[in-house]
Order: sequence, then structure tokens, then C-alpha cells
Amino acid sequence: MTTLATRRQAAPGGSTPSRPARSGASSVGRPGFAWALPATIFFALFALVPLAAVAVLSFTSWSGLGDPEFVGLENWETLVSDPVMVKSLWLSLLFIVLGVVTQTPLSILLGVWAAGNQRNRAVLSAIYFIPLLLSSAAISVLWRALLDPNFGIPGQLSWLFGDGNLLGTQSGAIGVLIFVGMWQFTPFHTLIYQGAAKGIPNVLYQAASIDGAGMVRQFFSITLPQLRNTAITSIILMVVGGLTTFETVLILTNGGPGTDTTITAFYMYQEAFQSFDFGVGSAIALVLVVVATLISLVVVKVSGYDKMNSSLEGL
Amino acid sequence: MKTRPNYFAGIGSFVWLLIVAIPLYVMLSGTFQTREEFGDNGPLSFPTSFTLQNYVDAITSGFGRYFLNTVVVTVGVVAIVLLLVPPLSYAIVRSQSRAASFVFRFFLLGLAIPAQAVIVPVFYLINTVGLYDNLIGVILPTAAFALPICTLILSGTMRDITGELYEAMAMDGASPARAFFRLVLPLSKGGISTIAVFSALQAWNGFLFPLILTQSESTRVVTLGLFNFQTQYGINIPGLLAAVTLSMVPVLLVYLFARRALVQGLMGAGGK
Repeated sequence: MTTLATRRQAAPGGSTPSRPARSGASSVGRPGFAWALPATIFFALFALVPLAAVAVLSFTSWSGLGDPEFVGLENWETLVSDPVMVKSLWLSLLFIVLGVVTQTPLSILLGVWAAGNQRNRAVLSAIYFIPLLLSSAAISVLWRALLDPNFGIPGQLSWLFGDGNLLGTQSGAIGVLIFVGMWQFTPFHTLIYQGAAKGIPNVLYQAASIDGAGMVRQFFSITLPQLRNTAITSIILMVVGGLTTFETVLILTNGGPGTDTTITAFYMYQEAFQSFDFGVGSAIALVLVVVATLISLVVVKVSGYDKMNSSLEGL
Repeated sequence: MKTRPNYFAGIGSFVWLLIVAIPLYVMLSGTFQTREEFGDNGPLSFPTSFTLQNYVDAITSGFGRYFLNTVVVTVGVVAIVLLLVPPLSYAIVRSQSRAASFVFRFFLLGLAIPAQAVIVPVFYLINTVGLYDNLIGVILPTAAFALPICTLILSGTMRDITGELYEAMAMDGASPARAFFRLVLPLSKGGISTIAVFSALQAWNGFLFPLILTQSESTRVVTLGLFNFQTQYGINIPGLLAAVTLSMVPVLLVYLFARRALVQGLMGAGGK
């Protein structure tokens, strides 16, 4: 369902040529480009111009006061030799991989399950989606309170959590961040998979069960391949989301212990808005954009998404 | 055909239900206990008394003001989105100019730009025009970053309006503007309410732009208020939980009454 809609939306020019062009009637009463102009200018001003500006600012030194000063490659040299920056990139990669690995199987399982048409599933999915509606700030503050070493859940379940100071060690802090990310974003990815699973033609399952395929076989031979396009969309969103995780790190660990959870997006904030080194901050921001784009391109290439026309091929 | 119960997925989803529900239960039950009781009983216990004092404390510690600010930001963002996105989507769907299809690609590209990537220049821009620490300075970039997804959702809805309807209007000599107000807007009510709800959710939950672009108490929004409350009174857990709960109430109310619009918006977001 979702993939069909995507494909249609991805071809903006497509709707016009496919409609028979009747002389006169079709060009009369069509809106001009002026209708799109206000939104386009507004968006360019706050997204595209800044994107270009961030590239320029990465070659300047600016502390927030006065005007940025051109310093050539200085910021880039600083970054390349900065151990915290290098570490932050590895941590970001770890975050992305752990996020994808934990959220994808769970959301496929839940999404396929929720796509069934029993009534209780609708009620349950209504509860599943609640974390999706809450702000990252509220979720992080909530979990920080729940995991408080003295007054939180670990204190009460010490047989499970030991001394309870989960955020005090690197592995504990990363585990908490990954878990909270899972708690927050699995509902969203579940929703995408649910939509896609509902769109799988029933005739495929009918044919398979006539051929004697059991449920497990059907899941691996029909459901999973059919969810391929959706999985790619979902994984790209997880990659970009993981790379730009910010509120949870700021509120739950503040990058710590030490710099053990200082992922690149958080390091950018620290450099720019806590050390007031906006030039270096801009350079890190540019790294983020490039890395996000590269990873997405790799996912698309490796999966062959760009060559694929339809998940309904052969039907 | 899939009629046999799937025990594996069923058990998995039940476990997940507990993982989602238990924190929410602890949150709610904590807000109704005093600090001492919460500390003695532990978060997972059943509350033995009932108090609303935590909510009173949260509201009097500034959350009333923060709520007002968040409402202003949300209304501003939704207003801009509703003003800009319908004409844009109309042009994308109906205009025959090449520029319009280029604009659509431009907005698709915009979906991929994370707010963090542009936060430094946006900070510079807002500073330069003198809107730092002003709610308008928060509203503008928040609305801009809501545009791509809302455009994607609304143009999807508008594509479903058939060409015959436009032709019938054109036959009567209607101008593009007339077709927009008499045909397109009434027939895209569903999509318009979806983008309104969706952009409101984004504005309500926004954190990064307010964090960077405001500093004083008088412009503080709810999400920043929570962060601040936590750094200042981190050990008052029931109070903190009450503040978190309050910040969620409006969203949950919208979820209750406009679930369809929200879920459709989120599905659209997934389909990008």
C-alpha cells in the first residue's frame, strides 16, 4: 500500500502526460508556477540556503559575535586530527547498526502481526503507537526518571540491574540509548510495515497454501520478499534517524560517561553551541549530511532498489 | 487464508505491549504519589495514596507559561503550513509548467535534509534579522521543515481528484483560483486535516530549534521546560513525571479524536 503510493508520488510529471491531452480544455484553468512560489521561497530560505551556507561556514571561524572570518582548511585540519571526532563517527556507526539490528526484526514481526484483521489487533496497535506521539524530550526525561539509580526501576529490581547505575558505564549507556530509541521508533516502523503487509495480494498466500507451504514458509517466501522495498525505506529512515539522534543523548547521557556516547550529531552541538566554535560545528554538520547521503545511496545500491520497478513483478 | 493463529508473533506482540505499557503505567502512578511514598514504595508498586500536588507543583513552577508558548508556536506553524502547502500542492499536481515538477523534486530532496545540518546557518540568519529569543524565530524554521512532508501528503491527496472535475469547471470558464477554492480545497479536506494535525505534532514536540533559538524563561516551550526541570529538580521524580504527563495530554487527546488523520500522516511520512 505504502509502496504503491510512494511510486505514484515519486513520478510528479507522470500524471500529466498519462491524461489524454484534450485540446483547449486541458490547458485552460491550470494554475501557473506562481502558486508554488511562496512555499518554495520560504523553504529555500530556511533549508536550501542554509545548506549551502553551512558549506561556506565550514571554512570560517566564527564565535557567534561579529562576522565569520575566512580561515581556509583550518577547521577541517582540526577535525581530522581530533580524536573525539573520530570516536564520534565510530559511535554513530555503532548506533546506526545497533538501531537497525534491533528495530527491523521487531517492527517486521509486529507490523505483519498488526496487519491481520482481528479486532483486538486494532486496539493493541492503538497502544503500541503511543510512544510515537511523544516528544523525544518527554521520552528521554521519562526514561531518565525511570532509570534513576536511587528512585527508579533498577533500584527496585536490583537482582536484574546490579548496582543500578546503568548510565555510568559505556556499554550501559549505549544499551539504554539503543533501548530508548527502540521504544520510541519501533511503532513508527511497525506502522510502515503494517501498511505494506496489508498491501500484499492475498492471492499469493492462497497459491502458496495450495502448493502446501506452511505459515513459516509463507512468511519467508512471500511476506519478507514483498516487504523488501518497505524495508529499504525503513532502514534509510533508521540510518538518518540514528545519525541525527540528539535529544536522547543530550538528556539521557549528555554524551557521557566522558565522551563515551558523544555521537557526531551531539558533538556538532557541543562544538557549535557550547564551545561557540561555529566553524568547526559547520564542518561537522557537513560531514553529517555527506555521511547520511552516502549511507542512503549505498543502501539503495546494495539492495538494487534503483533497478527495481515493482514488488508485484510476475503477477 | 491466514486464519491459523500465529502464536510466535502473538507472544512477541504481547511482550512488546508490556514494554510499552509498563513505563507509561509507572509514569502515571508516580504522578499521583508524594515524593516520600514514591521513594519508599519503588516505581513498580501500586500506589497507596492519592495526591494531585505534583501537578499543581509542575504548573506553578512555570509550565503554565511554557504551555502558552508551545501553543503559540504550534498555532503559528500550522497557520503557515495551511497557508503555503495547499497552493503549492495544487501547482505540483495541476500545473503543466516544468518548473512545478522541478519544485516537487526540490521538496523531495528537502525531506533528506536533517535540521541539525542547517542549524548553524539558521541560528546566524535568525540572529541577523533580530528574531533570537523570539517565538517567531522558532515558528519560521519549524514551519519550513514541516513543508516537505506535508507537501508530499497533500499532493498525494490532490492527485485523487479526477481530471473530469477540473474540465467541468474549466468548461464553465472557471479560473485556476476559482477551481482551487470551489473544487480542490473542498475535496482535499481529509489531506488538509492530516497535514494540520501532523505539523501541529511536529511543532508541539519540537526541541532543537527552541533549544538553539531561545534562551529566556519567557520564551521557553514545554519540551525545553522538561529538560530544564530535569536538570534543576532531577531528584523530584514524581514532579518530573507529572510535568512529562502534562506535556503529553494534548497530543493524546488529539490522538483520541483525530487518530485517522495522524496515522495517515505518519504513513505518508513512512512512504517517503
